Amino acid sequence: MADTVNQGVVAPAASAPAEFLDRIRRSSEYVVIPLFALIVAGLIFSLFLFALGHSPATFFSLLWRGGFGTGFSWQNTLVRAAPLIFTGLCVAIPARLGLTIVGGEGALVLGGFTAAVAAIPFVHAGAPNYVVLPAMLLCATLTGAAWIGLVGALRHYRGINETIASLLMSYIAIAIMNFFVEGALRDPGNPNKPSTLPIGDANMIGNIPGVGVHWGLAAGVLVALALWILMNRTTFGFAARVTGGNVRAARAQGLSVGRLMVISCAIAGACAGLAGFFEVAAVQGRANASLAAGYGFTGILVAFLARQNALAIIPVSILLGGIAAAGGLIQRRMGMPDATVLVLQGLMFVVLLVSETLYGRFAFFRPKGN
Amino acid sequence: MNETDIGFWGVPLAMFAGAIRVSTPFLFVSLGECLTEKSGRINLGLEGTLVFGAMSGYAVAYLTGSPWFGVFCAGLSGCFFGAIHGYICKLPKVNDIAIGIAMMLFGTGLAFFFGKPFIQPQAPHLPSISLGGWSSLPQVRSALEINPLFFIGIALAVFMWWAFKNTRWGLIVRMTGDSAPAALAMGYSVDWVRFLATTVGGFFAGVGGAFLSLYYPGAWSEGLSSGQGLMAVALVIFARWNPLACFGAALLFGAAGALGPALQSVGITQGYYFFNAAPYLLTLFIMIASVSPKRSLKGAPGELSITK
Repeated sequence: MADTVNQGVVAPAASAPAEFLDRIRRSSEYVVIPLFALIVAGLIFSLFLFALGHSPATFFSLLWRGGFGTGFSWQNTLVRAAPLIFTGLCVAIPARLGLTIVGGEGALVLGGFTAAVAAIPFVHAGAPNYVVLPAMLLCATLTGAAWIGLVGALRHYRGINETIASLLMSYIAIAIMNFFVEGALRDPGNPNKPSTLPIGDANMIGNIPGVGVHWGLAAGVLVALALWILMNRTTFGFAARVTGGNVRAARAQGLSVGRLMVISCAIAGACAGLAGFFEVAAVQGRANASLAAGYGFTGILVAFLARQNALAIIPVSILLGGIAAAGGLIQRRMGMPDATVLVLQGLMFVVLLVSETLYGRFAFFRPKGN
Repeated sequence: MNETDIGFWGVPLAMFAGAIRVSTPFLFVSLGECLTEKSGRINLGLEGTLVFGAMSGYAVAYLTGSPWFGVFCAGLSGCFFGAIHGYICKLPKVNDIAIGIAMMLFGTGLAFFFGKPFIQPQAPHLPSISLGGWSSLPQVRSALEINPLFFIGIALAVFMWWAFKNTRWGLIVRMTGDSAPAALAMGYSVDWVRFLATTVGGFFAGVGGAFLSLYYPGAWSEGLSSGQGLMAVALVIFARWNPLACFGAALLFGAAGALGPALQSVGITQGYYFFNAAPYLLTLFIMIASVSPKRSLKGAPGELSITK
């Protein structure tokens, strides 16, 4: 964005390779500073562990082994990365318009829930999986889109702060699911854990051949790619970014800010709904309280770490998926509570946001004195 | 039917008692948020502060045997979180809403991390004041068992309302919130005023958390807070940044939160989860009804990022 503004204006005579190097140098700021923030967060966390009498070296080696060390841990990581890509997109897309939407958890839960409910009549009628799955997919994306789209509409037409509204609606979404799952739609054959009726093994989405991870990961990568193109290479994306830069300027240009907001929020909600769909159709096989596993909240961190860039969300999701996957191993080997991962994530988030203050302070990233 | 059975009268009575019990944490968090927002900054992280306050208050009360010392330590831990938030927000280019979300996740994570050993043990509860000795009905007597923190909260609300209007400090906080250039021109450090307001606001939120773990529901668990810290932010907007109105709004939210348990106490368990969602729905509808994009809100601090 900003790094392309001065191109060709400052140095029209500059040769193409030099200009290219400048561009790399300017954009490397957006990679170097977040990496630096992650390292600082790791150091602070090491001090924290040290003060509590744990070995930071053991922690990080277990983190590596549990997340990325073996083929099995990679599978574990990628299964967790798939929903994170979607929930990260749910935060990143509205963020380009300057909206801080943090209700991905609710849209994921409701999307997964409606997907599971949509499957019930089809499964009852014995429909084949090429009918059941599209119906589930449609229900999940539409529910998610409506849920977060409503947040966007409330923001634009009623002036309600979207951060607070989306978080409140997450609580409401989880209550709606619990209400039905423990009541009218409860599977009588499953007395231990209140759940909806299972969608059936024949309707489950399988794994990508040779990877051992369900197709949700591939779908996540494709959606991220598509949304990157939408936000960076189309007029819609440009209009959205103009709105995010300055709402008044966007209005003065005749952009319909309200429509942009509602559509972006709906796209975001559809992403979170997709995460719910894959959690039900590829992992859980039914909707229950396990849907609210915190993917929506980790997605906020994913989006901020990726600096709201749809493509960067893919590697960041894998990184955070790996940290989550290693949680169990760390818990068993070091005798630390499962919340250890939450502390590390929270610390990463805080340090990352503090690092925002560093942008534009280093002359190295501003060649030619800009 | 025996003599002490009061039938469906139990519902309003339980809601009255519940409103007082449930509203106390709302009251403290919203007063803390009110102070912070009056100085021109928003702290969404109070949810994390509340949870950490609940954990630390419970842990200290268990280890020392003194619930009041637990409340004090919960306040101190709240100060700590408020100070971090206040310090980070004064750095340039840092978004206070995003920091709030991060602090919410960080505070909750830390509370779960340190709170693991305290889930089982039973800490001493805060004592309550019995005001129902005149009644022969046990329901009325138990409804009038009121925690002193509730009265402290009322006193604090009245004091803040008075202090905002009538003291030098109140004026400085309001001025910083309304116009940073004006505060600067008068020779006050905007960053310091906001830092102190956020720190003290964190203290109140920590005390609110201690009420949760030490009185009602009265035990530390990971599902203890259900977004009270977050709803308090909406509540302050609804109360138009007026501490006295915060008290009224907290009572209203408390009554909404007490609806589910009150109905359950008379045997209506249908729709338990629906009634549990009542406070969130109420918050959302109140925001829809009371906020408008066309005009700025009366009493809103001019520097506040959510109303800009």
